[in-house]
Amino acid sequence: MQFSYEVKDSYAEVKSVGRLNMVAAPKLREVVNEVVAGGSSRVVVNLAETDFMDSSGLGALIGCLKAARQAGGDLRISGVQPQVKMVLELTNMDRVLTSYTSAEEAFGDD
Amino acid sequence: MTRFWTRLLVVLTVILGVNYVAWRWMASLNWDAWWIAVPLVIAETYSLIDVMLFGLTVWNLKIRKPPPAPPETATVDVFITTYNEPLDLVMTTALAAKDIRWPHSTWILDDGDRPEMRQLAESNGVGYVTRGADWTPDMPRHAKAGNLNNALMVTSGEYLLILDADQIPEPDILDKTLGYFNDDRVALVQTPQYFINVPADDPLGSQAPLFYGPIQQGKDGWNAAFFCGSNAILRREALMQLGLVGYVKATEKSVRRALAASRSAIKKARRSEEARNPLVEQMLNQVEAATETAQTELEAGASLSEITYRVRRKVDEAVRTLVAADFSALQADLEEIAAMELAHVGESGVTTVASDAVDRMSGRDWSPLGALESVHAVLDAISVERTDEAQPIMPLATISVTEDMATAMRIHSLGWKSVYHHEILANGLAPEDLKTMLTQRLRWAQGTMQVLLRENPLVQPRLSWGQRLMYFSTMWSYLSGFAAVVYFAAPIIYLTLGILPVSSLSWDFFIRFIPFMVVNQLLFVVAGHGIPTWRGQQYSLALFPTWIKACTTAARNVWFGRPLGFAVTPKARQSGGPSWSLIRPQIIVAVLLAVALVVGVARLLTGLSEPLGTLVNVAWVAFDLVVLSVLVKAVLYKGFVPEGAGPEDVGPERPEERNADAV
Repeated sequence: MQFSYEVKDSYAEVKSVGRLNMVAAPKLREVVNEVVAGGSSRVVVNLAETDFMDSSGLGALIGCLKAARQAGGDLRISGVQPQVKMVLELTNMDRVLTSYTSAEEAFGDD
Repeated sequence: MTRFWTRLLVVLTVILGVNYVAWRWMASLNWDAWWIAVPLVIAETYSLIDVMLFGLTVWNLKIRKPPPAPPETATVDVFITTYNEPLDLVMTTALAAKDIRWPHSTWILDDGDRPEMRQLAESNGVGYVTRGADWTPDMPRHAKAGNLNNALMVTSGEYLLILDADQIPEPDILDKTLGYFNDDRVALVQTPQYFINVPADDPLGSQAPLFYGPIQQGKDGWNAAFFCGSNAILRREALMQLGLVGYVKATEKSVRRALAASRSAIKKARRSEEARNPLVEQMLNQVEAATETAQTELEAGASLSEITYRVRRKVDEAVRTLVAADFSALQADLEEIAAMELAHVGESGVTTVASDAVDRMSGRDWSPLGALESVHAVLDAISVERTDEAQPIMPLATISVTEDMATAMRIHSLGWKSVYHHEILANGLAPEDLKTMLTQRLRWAQGTMQVLLRENPLVQPRLSWGQRLMYFSTMWSYLSGFAAVVYFAAPIIYLTLGILPVSSLSWDFFIRFIPFMVVNQLLFVVAGHGIPTWRGQQYSLALFPTWIKACTTAARNVWFGRPLGFAVTPKARQSGGPSWSLIRPQIIVAVLLAVALVVGVARLLTGLSEPLGTLVNVAWVAFDLVVLSVLVKAVLYKGFVPEGAGPEDVGPERPEERNADAV
């Protein structure tokens, strides 16, 4: 698992590559906390290259969403792959998170 | 072969039991004494259902073969939960846990946040976890469930072995259990809880051989083996999934509730003084429009994060507009004050202006926002952050003081499997005095009733009927206190007043009752393989005040939000002499039973009572007294003395443990 981020004009994009599982979950939280602490509270987690996610990974996303919201921003996800989509549906998490097709589109509306 | 005999006895018990109880309802009630006749037949019906549920449990008894070898890559976190147990007790368990052979990380989950504990853990190379910064004092802590939920967020093993602070694990506990998880639908493996500080006659009924035996094996047969809080291995994925599903449910519920509450808050705000300010009115309109849009989007199935984000944005905008307007009003005020000040100074040379200006400012609607605090509070609740909990994801259930049962039921509801592994792989310590034992039993019973009242297993849509009845069976057994009262009262009433709840003690009664009782007892013997079950039977009747208190306090807690009001389990064996006051209701009952014996015999001798009725009721009283006699032993029990050792005056505590049905 590998995370990288890039601060753009109106949001920061965190790229997650590989397996977002229980081992990677704490790392994701760290990265997003760093981004938010750095002043970008509008975060897109780009999952286009995340081929596997488990419930711990999803749990970490919720933790990050909370951190971003508390900083006055938001956290969104984009580029969801079929396995990740299945996990979102299985846990009803698709009721909470909208998946956008691309990182650019995620904050397209505001 | 045993399976055949067990099933045969179950069938016979059901047939003979229904035969007896049906006859009791239809042909034997003494309606002249309905006030005891009806309670008695209800109590008997209760007991029949209890036995039938036991029969259903052992019908599918599952004897498992050892599991296959686990994959070598399986990663495990061993959690030792503690709150205030003595440090050496925790360390003994921690060091034994460290010595477990399968590669793992050992963690002490110290809810007491004790620096000495941390130091001991660190110097022994054991992980140490305490509540994180999110657990602020205003957040509910959820006791052991909260402790585990906190630790789940900072660890990453695939599997979790959970141990109470006094449950010393065997080195091979993981080698023998991890293999069950090769079936990737298995979420839980429970092993027995066994206590090493209990004498052979078990005066406090600590061992639960029937539960950690035929009952768990039977539940296992229905894919309903229970999670009992300790000595169990759980799959992290299942717990996290539970946490996510719970999060979504809680969030949707809170958003709906907050939207509804905001409507009434806005309505109320409109009637307030401040709403006459056109700016405030305008803001209220905007906020109302935002919540209405949110409601529509919610019904249309939009995602909760989008909905809440938009509401927040719109409200923030409305507030900004208002504040900006307020500032320009302030600006105007300041200019006005400046003008007045000049005027005043001009007249008298004394600056009396300040107080005048303050009055004027206080008199007007200085901060319209302040007046709308209630609206604001409600709007804050339209969020996905689960602001009423320390962390959004709470995998272990927090609806009950016995988080284990509620968690297991939810795991089963999600379609996961559980396993009961019938082999002692950890050695624990049981309470060594009656008071601690009573507190512990009360808590288990309260927790079980909370689950029944909050998430009745019979109506959980995704459980199979077998699973529903297995959970219900345990809950049902905790209602025994009410039946016990009737079983004590009926013979007293006959012996002292001559009132018989049965229309006649004739051949009809014995021919139905005796065969039922005989097969019933046989069923226990065969299903239990001769396990001593008498202690459990005694306590299920003798602790009737505890069971009744558990039912009433849990009902008040769930329905009226009242605290359960139980004392924290005492830290060590209670010192001082025998505490007879703990069993005052039982002493009163025993005295009444004894008096009834004397009166009954006197009535027989004076010809006021029948010989047969007296004989049956005297036998019944004798049985009741033998049942209650267990408490004498319990009160006088001075703690465990290992063979060949001196007396041990301070027994270790065990605050968070559960082991049995009140069978």
